Amino acid sequence: MTFERPRDSYHHWRVNFEAPIAHLIMDVDPDAGAIGDYELKLNSYDIGVDIELAAIIRRIRFEHPEIKCVILMGAISGTFCAGANIRMLASAPHGHKINFCKFTNETRLEIEEASENSGLKFLAAINGACSGGGYELAMACDHLILIDDRTTTVSLPEVPLLGVMPGTGGLTRVTDKRGVRRDRADVFATKTEGMAGAEALKWNLVDELAKPSAFDQAIAVRANKMAETSERSASDEPLLLPELNRVMTEDEISYTYVQVHIDRGSRSLRLTITASSEQDWPLRCALELDDVLCHLRFNEPEIGTIVLRSVGSANDVMIHDQALLNPSNHGERETSFLWARVLSRLDLMARSLFATVEPGSCFVGVLAEVALAADRTYMLEGIFEDDENPLPTPTMMLSELSLGSMPMANGLSRMQSRLWLDEDGLELALATVGRPVEAAEAVSLGMATFAPDDLDWEGEIRLAIEERATYSPDALTGMEANHRFCGPETMATKIFGRLSAWQNWIFYRPNASGESGSLRSYGSGSRGDFDLKRT
Amino acid sequence: MAEIDYSSKIPNNVNLADDRRLQRALESWQPKFVEWWKEMGPAGFQGDEVYLRTAVDVGKEGWAHFGHVQMPEYRWGIFLAKPEENRTIGFGDQKGEPVWQEVPGEYRSDLRRLIVVQGDTEPASVEQQRLLGKSAPSLYDLRNLFQVNIEEGRHLWAMVYLLHGYFGREGRDEADAMLERRSGDPDQPRILEAFNEKTPDWLSFFMFTYFTDRDGKYQLGALKESAFDPLSRTCDFMLKEEAHHMFVGASGIGRIIQRTCELMNEHDTADISAYGGINLDTIQRYINFHYSVSMDLFGAPKSTNAATYYSAGLKGRFAEASKDDDHELEHSESTFLTIDDGKIFEETSRALNLVNDDVRSDYSEDCGKGVRRWNRILADHGVDFEMGLPHLGFHRGVGPFANVNVSPEGVVLSDEEWAESAHQWLPSEAEQAFVSSLMVPVYEPGKMAGWIAPPSSGINTKPVDFDYVRL
Repeated sequence: MTFERPRDSYHHWRVNFEAPIAHLIMDVDPDAGAIGDYELKLNSYDIGVDIELAAIIRRIRFEHPEIKCVILMGAISGTFCAGANIRMLASAPHGHKINFCKFTNETRLEIEEASENSGLKFLAAINGACSGGGYELAMACDHLILIDDRTTTVSLPEVPLLGVMPGTGGLTRVTDKRGVRRDRADVFATKTEGMAGAEALKWNLVDELAKPSAFDQAIAVRANKMAETSERSASDEPLLLPELNRVMTEDEISYTYVQVHIDRGSRSLRLTITASSEQDWPLRCALELDDVLCHLRFNEPEIGTIVLRSVGSANDVMIHDQALLNPSNHGERETSFLWARVLSRLDLMARSLFATVEPGSCFVGVLAEVALAADRTYMLEGIFEDDENPLPTPTMMLSELSLGSMPMANGLSRMQSRLWLDEDGLELALATVGRPVEAAEAVSLGMATFAPDDLDWEGEIRLAIEERATYSPDALTGMEANHRFCGPETMATKIFGRLSAWQNWIFYRPNASGESGSLRSYGSGSRGDFDLKRT
Repeated sequence: MAEIDYSSKIPNNVNLADDRRLQRALESWQPKFVEWWKEMGPAGFQGDEVYLRTAVDVGKEGWAHFGHVQMPEYRWGIFLAKPEENRTIGFGDQKGEPVWQEVPGEYRSDLRRLIVVQGDTEPASVEQQRLLGKSAPSLYDLRNLFQVNIEEGRHLWAMVYLLHGYFGREGRDEADAMLERRSGDPDQPRILEAFNEKTPDWLSFFMFTYFTDRDGKYQLGALKESAFDPLSRTCDFMLKEEAHHMFVGASGIGRIIQRTCELMNEHDTADISAYGGINLDTIQRYINFHYSVSMDLFGAPKSTNAATYYSAGLKGRFAEASKDDDHELEHSESTFLTIDDGKIFEETSRALNLVNDDVRSDYSEDCGKGVRRWNRILADHGVDFEMGLPHLGFHRGVGPFANVNVSPEGVVLSDEEWAESAHQWLPSEAEQAFVSSLMVPVYEPGKMAGWIAPPSSGINTKPVDFDYVRL
């Protein structure tokens, strides 16, 4: 499975640009399922559809500064989007379902993030049936207009119909974003046919109604109004997304600035980021990192431990740091937001993350965030004495980027998350901004976990990786996710935490996935045969 | 830093001069070890010259160099038995695969624990025995005590070598902790309970070296089978030295029995306490105590930990290769002695879970050999008395017989019956006080205390009246 989509190669979507408005029209090809033999009926989607959606949104953000409002709608009247394809869900392996949901959730959250950060507004023009994942997609938009034809409804039929949950943020957004009363939310989420027109508006499930005859007009008026609130500008220079030059062999993945070497024996890999003073580094490096993380999630499920490394000059990283911190143009701004999202994607990897800070590494500025994303950071104390020309003692250096401009899903910076409830410690750590810190100090400040010297280095890291490989992957995923996101709940932590965890549990239960579970029996005419015990 | 000639300071066959990791161990740990030795090693005598055996190599020629040396100047060496080429794992799930030269991450904690528990016993016994020099029955015995102590020190060093060489910082922390725990200190005791007991007199010392050091032999033997090759080779060499400790115990008890027989015959009485000897029933009670306490060191007969260690290849059985089975033990059965509702019986279980009992049973058999030799001394003197080992269930603190009253003959007793008879089977306080009262030092070359016979020969072909310790 690949994640890069060339410009205008989209199979399931059409985009019409009429600045400042873009029409993003969902037109799913039923015969082009990405992972198996199922029919993508009624604008239902699978991972292939969603990868395109993510790619399109990214392109609009970078390459179309003139676009201020995106109208999301179905291609055929009568169908907005029927949500995730049930046949696909029923047949997909558990791991794929989890990764599919995670990816789609990240895309929905990006829609909201694009609105908030980039001023790119999204209008859901619900021109037909809008159920399950379809309504979840609509809810990610800033404004929902429902066609008021006395037929079309919005619905979350997962519980009554499919025996699963609206796991792409549906349950979370109904209450937390739209403020629907929870007793009404209960009614809504168990009402297979959903709610139409005035009732939907009254319960705040949508923001606006429009009769079929006035629908296009209402959309246009609203879209223009929304565009007026945007600070995006047609006079900004588009930043064209470069093509990724990925070279893959069995155990190596190589991009320009990101290299991966897989060691299948220890079920681990080394992910090395190379710094550069090249102007394209911030954008290309982020895109490469993003691409490789998605690749690893879907295509390398058995590689449990990711060892994060960096190579190059700290100065080269810092050349770009100011632009990421205080972007001065459209391209820099979007690149900065992209880094925040990629780092967040790194935080959400269901893999053990170890960072190794060695001589010649450059975990400074934005790359310090990569090291801080790790579950453990090993930092060499001193130098490799046996090297012929030993490189100097490694250092890490925080920049102002670490003060919160690259937040985690919990809304905190990575340093805050590491030093949660330790305000004095945090103050000490943040006082080092701009100053290189060696291993012993990094350990005491919470930037590094262990500081082995060169005699211990190799053994410590080998043992840690080997040890990790013997633990239950499930237990590790749960433990790491709990440790990483301390502190406050946000929409994102709720979605990736409680909603996903419950959904993943339900997916695994026979009531959903068993031979006669609801996912398999859906559409067969027979009802799911449930284990009736509740805990 | 000045160049240090490590090889002259520390005899070794581990290429110390080129191993920075080990040199660091020497620099950081060795001085602390010597400090510990001075503080917790033999009380007194640190400035005296002792005729000690020093290993300078593992070959026949190298491992027994004798000469007078002051103990703090002893050259504690690091020796691993010669590597066996293409050695493969001899038991467990990975039987037949190549042995490990590095610690696999999966077993890091378990291996470290095994090494720490074994290593902790080495300084513990030195601490337990530190006051004995003040009441040595002869210079010959004084020297043997110090030889044992010195070698226990070397065995600690051997285990620390593994911790330093293969377990990183955690290993070094554990190595430091071994010098911080103290036998019998309630706040920082040694790990195994038997090593927090006192060794108050020389009868106890000989019992300890016979029974408790023999546990060490069997533990080291089981670790010698380990798939972790450096551990295996270390233990292999330690076993050579351990043999001497057991000789000290076996011959020491034999000489006491001989002296007792002589006094009994001379005075025609079984109670020779009035003549400065140790009665045979006292010796038997000491045997009962030390044998039962030492058996606890093998752990519960049925053990999932031992099964895990065995399956993983970390710790085998004593002389694993000589066992006539599949060396996996997953699908075979064995029996062990247990008790339920007052009845002692053989229970059948998966052999894999009975590895502890297998090693313990070999140990018990080995213990019996010395007892038979002592009985020959008794027979040779025409004394109608037989020493014996008590029943497996007697006076146990670990396993199915813990907190159960079983007589040395294997009869299950009520609490009242036990309380009534225990003094017949275990040394009383008065008896121990009497043994202690006999412990007056004899430091004149060739002279022996009145309660022990002289050895039949000296050390390293030297005469018995050689000045083994120059006071």
